[in-house]
Amino acid sequence: MQVTGTVLTTRRVDAYHALTVVAPGIAERYRPGHFVSVAAGGVNTSMVTRRALSIHDVKSDYGGTVELVFTVRGPGTAWLAERRARDTLDLVGPLGRPFPLPRDPVHCVLVGAEYGSAVLFPLADALLERGCRVDFVLGAASADRVFGAMRARRMAETTTLTTEDGSLGVRGRVTDALPSVIADTHADAVYACGPMESLRAVTAVAMEFDIPVQVAVEEAMACGIGVCMTCVLPVIGDDGVTRMVRACAEGPVFRGERVRFEDVGTIPFDALGAPGGGARHAG
Amino acid sequence: MSVDMRTFLAHVELANPVTTAAGCAASGRELAQFFDLHRLGALTTRSITMAPRAGRPTPRMAETPSGMLNAVGLQGPGIDAFLERELPWLAQRGIKTIVSIGGGTVAEYSELARRLADAPGVTALEVNLSCPNMEDRGRVFAREGSAAAEVIASVRSIMRYDVPVVAKLAPDVADIVSVARASVDAGADALSMINNPLGMTIDTEALRPSLAAVTGGLSGPAILPLAVRCVWQVHAALPGVPIVGVGGVMSGQDAFQLILAGACAVGVGTALFHDPYACLRIERELEDLLRARGFQRLADAVGLAHRPPGSAPRHLLVDTEESTP
Repeated sequence: MQVTGTVLTTRRVDAYHALTVVAPGIAERYRPGHFVSVAAGGVNTSMVTRRALSIHDVKSDYGGTVELVFTVRGPGTAWLAERRARDTLDLVGPLGRPFPLPRDPVHCVLVGAEYGSAVLFPLADALLERGCRVDFVLGAASADRVFGAMRARRMAETTTLTTEDGSLGVRGRVTDALPSVIADTHADAVYACGPMESLRAVTAVAMEFDIPVQVAVEEAMACGIGVCMTCVLPVIGDDGVTRMVRACAEGPVFRGERVRFEDVGTIPFDALGAPGGGARHAG
Repeated sequence: MSVDMRTFLAHVELANPVTTAAGCAASGRELAQFFDLHRLGALTTRSITMAPRAGRPTPRMAETPSGMLNAVGLQGPGIDAFLERELPWLAQRGIKTIVSIGGGTVAEYSELARRLADAPGVTALEVNLSCPNMEDRGRVFAREGSAAAEVIASVRSIMRYDVPVVAKLAPDVADIVSVARASVDAGADALSMINNPLGMTIDTEALRPSLAAVTGGLSGPAILPLAVRCVWQVHAALPGVPIVGVGGVMSGQDAFQLILAGACAVGVGTALFHDPYACLRIERELEDLLRARGFQRLADAVGLAHRPPGSAPRHLLVDTEESTP
């Protein structure tokens, strides 16, 4: 649904921006993993595509608020970063398919790279509510780009931090720390969000341990509602056929082992409808 | 007073002139989450091809000043899956559906028409002529009147007489009027224009083209003046041919421009990416504009900007005569 939300608060979180927006209908329907799209530039904007943003927090005050986290990447997000309290925003959401939750109280490791960790906190809340054990592994290039370390420490049994420059926690990437966390916590499942390269590596680790992994991908989108067909990536379906699926409508959450990370940015030759035939007759 | 918004696409009546543009409404279900699709004049499907198509690699999209480039590459399910899942879903709900088709050869277009000829729920057939012609070194059909005419003549001969065939024209031609005329002579009942002109943008950080496919179709408000010009020229040359005006329509005023230039219906595409309710908003704004200008019927405004300088608008003539003492 579309909501004209009023900005309640704005804040900087290290290298990132966070906006809390009053958006009752969206907050009400939200499940962890959902995202929203926002129109940038105000009325008569020359920016025709919407920006897909992660939801970091949902609260019930003021009829329902959502906190959105983003980093400035271009004129659209720069405009968003200039929003102040009482400005209005055009939001559409909640969008996408949320994280599936385990039925039983299992042990879950939540892996967040860069500000991908933002979407993991509402997920952690939902998992804790179900009696799951939650452990965090958060990482980024440098300390100021690790999102939510304090909050993770308060929520989780253990929190492991990694930075590539060694400015915080363990020097390295999230996947350098992940195997020992999975082993120590006897993890039953892994949830991850972050850049494609991190998700690829996290999936590889989880598959080594033979535990399920759910990844939330961050793809560039124009609409967020499934009509523009620009946010596609190759994913293997239940029937074993690879299809170019939309991150916004079929995702953003996928089973990690189903995503063909090596082939993201290409059309795999055996994908349904690939040029030259491919699996033309498979579907 | 409400304005009569009904319009005719050839002999098919639409409740209002606002349609979705081809390739901007996916299967229809996506937009149905937001509003009742019956409120559209018609829904135009993505261009359906014979085989399923995976489309182009990503990145497929780049935002440009007042517009965007896309190189999706007609990703779609293919005619079999379309007839099995997508068209019946629309037909069962009684949603007016303009089916767009795309092919690489005249034979492929003809086969698509054959498959659709007996399918229930096809309100009109739109022929996307901006597909590379495999038999002409990949140059698009829309580029030349004779290539466009060959496709249209074949499709027209196959489709049922009561289903209008609409030729979708590209603006990347030296003389759009000649392509339009050739299409109409070959049997097109209506024309739709414009498809995306080709554009390109370069990522100055990566130092290479922003799109994986290098070039892409430019859409959005940046191309509205191009669409108005094409509709104007074609309506001036072929005043009796119904035109669906498409290209950069973001508001009722944009739609009104195309109507005044000669379009009897308007396609909304990129605006849907920005606002899922764009079609309804544009229809409402257009109706308000018509009412404010004293129109009782949309049909009276079609092509009105072509009247000679100094003459009063036709729809106001009656009033003028009555008020003359």
